Amino acid sequence: MMVWLILLPLLWASLAFMLGPSRGVWPAIAGLVAQLWLAFALAAEIVGSGAAMHAVGGWGAPLGIDLVADGLSAAMLLLTQCIALPLAVYAHAYFKRDDPARNYFWPLVGFLLAGLNALFLSADLFNIYVTLELLGLAAVGLVAAGGGAQQIAAALRYLFATLVGSGAYLLGVALIYGTYGTVSTVTLVSLIGADAPDLVWIAGGLMVLGLMLKTALFPFHFWLPPAHGGAPAPVSALLSAVVVKASFYLILRLWVGPFSSLTVVASLVVWFPALLGTLAVFWGSYQAIRAERLKMLIAYSTVAQLGYLFLIFPLLASAGALQAGIMQVFAHGLAKAAMFAAAGTLIKATGQEMVAGLAGVAERLPVTLFAFGLAGITLMGLPPSAGFLAKWQLIELALSQQQWVIAFVVLVGGLLAAVYVFSVLRQAFLLAPADSVVTPVSRTLEWTAFVLAAASVLLGLRGVELMQLVGVT
Amino acid sequence: MTAGLLFASVGVILFALGVAGVLLLEHLLRRILAFNIMGSGTFLVLVGLAQRNGIADPVPQAMVLTGIVVAVAATALALALARRLYVLTGKLELSQDDEA
Repeated sequence: MMVWLILLPLLWASLAFMLGPSRGVWPAIAGLVAQLWLAFALAAEIVGSGAAMHAVGGWGAPLGIDLVADGLSAAMLLLTQCIALPLAVYAHAYFKRDDPARNYFWPLVGFLLAGLNALFLSADLFNIYVTLELLGLAAVGLVAAGGGAQQIAAALRYLFATLVGSGAYLLGVALIYGTYGTVSTVTLVSLIGADAPDLVWIAGGLMVLGLMLKTALFPFHFWLPPAHGGAPAPVSALLSAVVVKASFYLILRLWVGPFSSLTVVASLVVWFPALLGTLAVFWGSYQAIRAERLKMLIAYSTVAQLGYLFLIFPLLASAGALQAGIMQVFAHGLAKAAMFAAAGTLIKATGQEMVAGLAGVAERLPVTLFAFGLAGITLMGLPPSAGFLAKWQLIELALSQQQWVIAFVVLVGGLLAAVYVFSVLRQAFLLAPADSVVTPVSRTLEWTAFVLAAASVLLGLRGVELMQLVGVT
Repeated sequence: MTAGLLFASVGVILFALGVAGVLLLEHLLRRILAFNIMGSGTFLVLVGLAQRNGIADPVPQAMVLTGIVVAVAATALALALARRLYVLTGKLELSQDDEA
């Protein structure tokens, strides 16, 4: 089951590539439906019988590569497939026949998903490096697919950032291998103790810093807004919703796995990601409030929302912090995919990229605007959305450990999110100028965004099942 | 100092030089070359540190081979993008303004 989650996207991506430019939509959608089913089946199996393991080709660690699925990876797999399927349907309706971005969209998305799924399942530091690069190169290809000078420049900036990030990670892996002679995360958990040599501390620092660069945590966020704001809407949605979460997942995995005994010894280290996360929440929100272009506003909002994820690190010692973090990953993933999809529809219909050009869309495109608003509710953290659940848990944990600062950051961040979401909504409800033209758009575009946004709100009602799944080890 | 440690130290220096190049240089070709130097540095560390009692460990060598394949693919993609940028803008550097 695990192997098919990696092989299926590789298969349909290769098929789409061989069929030629802009073909391969139906194999992709069929493959995604099957992947979604597999992800649900895997999650159900794990809740029933605990973490599952698969030795690729019958060769287990230390010589071979192990695939391990526990609650955390099953949850991430589920989120990825849940977002990818609606976005694929959206993308099929979004691209015009002569759009150059459509040419290699399907193969690149397939390789991207194969990289993601493999990353979530790998239990081998070097294999994780390979999946990181597969993911990064496919994502850069998708950003560049539009072919404009600005998109190429954004793609190059993204490429250099992602290569430096994975380079630092690989150097860390090299130091770990040099010290312990293994790269299996399962074996390393017992090998790395509190008395680990300095080399291991340096390795851990390099790996975490490299992954932070790839997650676009403040102050490493410089590459994200041009790349996510300039790409075609379905690509922006996919990158903002899941790709940046993959490297966050890895940081979390390393933090609570192989490096857990290091982070327990150095109690001050846990404040480093939290400090950067706090700055990200404020700086990202400030830039989003100031942004004039709609997609830039959403891209900066991603920078801010990623900050919340790093606030959980000082709280990880207590039960429930991991669940709060993953709930925020789900809430932001679904909401941001919906928001970029809705923004793509709005821009397509009005022909305007600016927030100021949105006047009157409330009348003409009510479903899309409703989707945008619902996604906004999740970002602000209003009940009953998944965002509310994540922030509620985070605040509760912070207060029970007397970390007032974290609770304060979460509350202020929610208010700042309200400012930029309402600045868009306010503009949309203004009367349209007499000369404005709204071209009719396909209903598929409107409803796929709505489905994603509704999912981000309704997930709040089914949060218990998700938290139960994340808790399985 | 053993030969392995020497390789690893040189690797770390090359890595640092490469990272500085990727981050600080303007010209795209130089940045791509700097990325390759950075990668080679990592490979030296990987192979150099894993020598025990003068006997080379084959596992990191297999890793380095995989790493070289990845580096070649990344370099090819970077070159293709740089070439495309040159065709479109006539420049081989990224402009400074962040609101691209």
